[in-house]
Parts: sequence; structure tokens; C-alpha cells
Amino acid sequence: MKRSGWFVNVLAIGVFALLYLPLLCVMAFSVNASRMGLSWGGFTLSWYAKLFQDELILKAAANTLELALASTAISTVLGTLLAIGIQRLPWGKRTGGALEGLLNLPVVTPDIIFAVALVIAFGALRSLTGMFELGMPTMIIGHVAFQVAFVALIIRSRLQAIAVDFEEAAFDLYASYGRMLWTVILPLLRPAIFAGAALAFTLSLDDFVISFFTSGPDSITLPIYIYAAVHRGVTPEIHALSTLVMVLTILVVSLMQWLTAKSEKESIA
Amino acid sequence: MTSDLKVHRGEMITGPTLWWRGLFFVVPGMAWIVAFLAVPCLALIAVAFTSRGSYGGIEWAFSIENLRRLAGYDLFGWSPDNIRILARSLWVALVSTLLCVVLAYPLAFFLASRSVRSRAIWMTALLIPFWTNLVIRTYAWLLVLAPEMPVAKILAWMGLIEPGYPAYPSEIAVWIGMVSAFLPFVALPLYTAVEKLDWTLVEASQDLYATRWRTFWTAIWPQTLPGISVGVTLTLVPAMGMFVVPDMLGGAKYMLVGNLIQQQFGTARDWPFGAMVSIALMSLTLITLLLVGRTKKKEVQA
Repeated sequence: MKRSGWFVNVLAIGVFALLYLPLLCVMAFSVNASRMGLSWGGFTLSWYAKLFQDELILKAAANTLELALASTAISTVLGTLLAIGIQRLPWGKRTGGALEGLLNLPVVTPDIIFAVALVIAFGALRSLTGMFELGMPTMIIGHVAFQVAFVALIIRSRLQAIAVDFEEAAFDLYASYGRMLWTVILPLLRPAIFAGAALAFTLSLDDFVISFFTSGPDSITLPIYIYAAVHRGVTPEIHALSTLVMVLTILVVSLMQWLTAKSEKESIA
Repeated sequence: MTSDLKVHRGEMITGPTLWWRGLFFVVPGMAWIVAFLAVPCLALIAVAFTSRGSYGGIEWAFSIENLRRLAGYDLFGWSPDNIRILARSLWVALVSTLLCVVLAYPLAFFLASRSVRSRAIWMTALLIPFWTNLVIRTYAWLLVLAPEMPVAKILAWMGLIEPGYPAYPSEIAVWIGMVSAFLPFVALPLYTAVEKLDWTLVEASQDLYATRWRTFWTAIWPQTLPGISVGVTLTLVPAMGMFVVPDMLGGAKYMLVGNLIQQQFGTARDWPFGAMVSIALMSLTLITLLLVGRTKKKEVQA
């Protein structure tokens, strides 16, 4: 029997309000015509129009997308391989444990530790090789380093639900290993791979700390831009910009939810 | 050469082939994690025991100067500032985690009692703030706490802040920011536990005339403990190292260890000391997780 009393419901709605009130505030002010202060001056879309004329913001938006897309592509490939490698091969207890520990490292490390460790690592690499100047490549490297583990964890849980029978059937029909992977495992994994990619993409969009530490002067992303703007003094364009980022987040999260539900449904079937 | 031919998951294969295949799958991802995550974290420990070079670089000579500075000793004698920052970070992380746990309960029960259809929508509603960039969510609180908005007016009326001023930077603002940032981290795993809850135990407890309070502690709390424990880990780890929220809502007076680290890598350009503070943060996080884990285990056994 599942039920919740009115008291629990009221509290829950209150908590939802706590989560949504600030976000709705930003959305409301993004269409507010009055420039100064927070009084209501009528509806306008001019801040959005201004946004698309601001080259710095457009550059930051392009950087954010470039970073998210590139790191998602790399981490999805690496994470899928890693999940198959860890789950489908007979690792000894020791090696398996070590792999498991490494996979969980990003989950239990505060991101700021990660970020400063990367700053130091890139500093050392820079003095050794002359490359690894802070910028888009270093940001992509950093994002992939924490995305890989999350992608691998999602795909591994799906792999665990795929019975060995499918593989055996393929081999009984004289499939090579590569053919078995391509025609049996990968199609079965497809929803999980998409869900993993969507998670990697959201992780990248959601990240501020690692980008903040590993970015160079030309690779400002939207969160860094907004953070800097808050310290400089906020203009209404920031509200419009934040609203657009929220809309993108809502789209990706809904997609991710839909894919995860689909993946679960198919693993039951 | 077919001596060690064996069957692995329906395939005839030799041991070495299997081993090479394993390397092919695991090495690229693991190499990335090791090179850009595990090794840098180890390097952090090494750097913590060096000192700052004259131009902000690293001078590669062993020194425990940073450890002394962390403890508060510097050229001008001893000051409790760093210790205070560490203690404050621990306090803020623990209390905001506790607040999140308390607030997550109604949320989890509410979600679990929705119909299967509307539950997906409510779940998405919970996930959206969870995945919205923290800078944006924190900035959003600056708007809500602005002087023209009701919150600041109420606080001013209560005499907690000066009228006409915003409700930030302040300790209250940091609490609000932290709790709203981490609430979904606890609510989501707690919801998973509540969904699996064995309600017959709750009914049994009610049949035996237990008070609501007692029913909660004896029939619900032990069953939801696994979810809480995941949520606490997910919250404590980032809460300890948080620097966006105290930076934007707390101002200079309410510095946490994350801000101290950021300062060393930003304006101060003192990487070795920054590395030492990071290690202090890491150790503090691990110790707290171990202690929390141990009390949990005891409670489960009891």
C-alpha cells in the first residue's frame, strides 16, 4: 500500500518550490523590460535579441557546445569499450578490484580536487613537452576523464542484464567475435549507449569547476561567462542566457529520461 | 598450439587471445583515467611537499612548510584562520547534508505515491534542477534574495538584515544555496529505497499502536538506510569541496576550504600550498565518509 498524507504532500510541494522558485525568477526576469532593479517593466524579448548580437556570448555558447559534444563523443566510445572489457572478460579478483576502484574514483573525489590536480598535471606536461597550454583541448581531456567512468557504469549495468545465451547462440552459428559484437551486443546496448551519451553531455553542461580551472583565455564557456558576469555586475542579458541554458538542460534531461526508460523496458522484455 | 583452448561465454578461445582482447577493451579508457585522474591526484601529494618558486612556479625541494602553514604558522606567528576554514567546511557540509536528508523524506514519499504515469513527470521535474548548472542555480538565488524581493523584506522586518539590503552575502544565504544544490542528490537514492519499502512492516507497527514517530524510526528508517547512505555520500563529497555557493552567496567573510584552494590557484599563485589544502580536504572527506559509514554499519547491526 502506497500513500502519502496531505502533510507529506504539502512539504513535498514546498520543497519543489524551493528548487523551482529561483529558476522561475530567472525566467521571469529574462522577459522583463525594465533594465535597472528588479521591478516589473512589461514583457520584452529584447534581451534575447541582444544576446545574439554579443560576440563574446556567442563564442562562449559555441565553446560550451564544442566542449560538450567532443567530450561526449570520446567518452561514449571509451566508456562503451571499458564496460564491455570489464564486464565480459574473466578478470582475476585482484585486477577486477583495481579496475573497479579506478572506475569509482571520479564518483568519490570532490571536483575541485580533480580540477587542481589537472592544473598541476597540465603544468608539468607543459614544461616537459611545450604542449598542453590551457584551452579547449585541456578542457576536453578533463571532461572526458570524469565522464568515462559514468558512461561505463551505465553501460555495464545494462550488460549485466543481457544473458550469455545471446552470445552463445551467435557463436554456435559460427560468428566471429567481432561479428557477434556488431550484430548482437551493440544493438542490444544501443539504448544504454544513448543514455550514457546523454548523461555525459549533461555532466559536461553541468560542470563549472573543472572548466573554470582548466580553461584558457579563448575557451570561456557559458557557466564561466555567467560566473564572471556576477562578479562584474549583472545585465539582463544574463537572465536570458541562463534561461536558454536551462531550456537546453530540460531538453537533454527529458531525452535522457526517455532513453533510460526505454533501455529498462527492453531489458525486461 | 591448441593446448589451452577453452570455452568462454560460448566461444572457443585461447587464454592469450582473451587476454589481448581484454587489454584492447580496457586500456584506452583506463589509460585516460589513470593518466588524467589517478596520476594527477598522486602528483598533488608530491607537490604539496614542495615550496613556491619565486615566479609562482614550483620549487622541487622537499619541504613541510605548507603543512605548517596549513596548521596556521606563518611569518607572523600562529593564526587559527585555516583551521577555522576547515572546521567550518566540515560543519557546513554535515549540517547541509542533514537538512537535505530531512527535506528529502517528504519528497521521496510524495514521488513514490504518485501513479506510475505521473511519476515519470515528477521524476523529470526533480532531475531538471539537479542537472541545471550550479552557477545558474546559485545566481538565481541572488535574484530571489535581492532587496526588492519578499525574502529580504521579511528578513529585514525580522531585524536579521538591514532594510534595503539584499539577504546575501550571509550565512543563511549559504545554507539555502547548499541545501537547494544538494537536495536532489539525497532525494533520488532515497526515492529508490522508498519505492521498495515493505509497507507490511509499517502496518504491523501501526497495528501495535506505535506512535508515528516510533513507526518512522523502527519500520521506515532502517529500510531506507541504504538509500540515505548513498545520498549522504553523494552530498558530502561535493559539499566539502564546494566553492561556487560560498563564493557567490557567502562573500569574503564566509570562506570555505574550496575558496581557499581556488585562491591559491588563482590570485595567490601558490600551487604547493593549494595542493596541501586540497590534500587536507581529501583526507577530511575520506575520514568523514568512513566515520559516517561506520555509524551506519552499527545501526544496521543493532
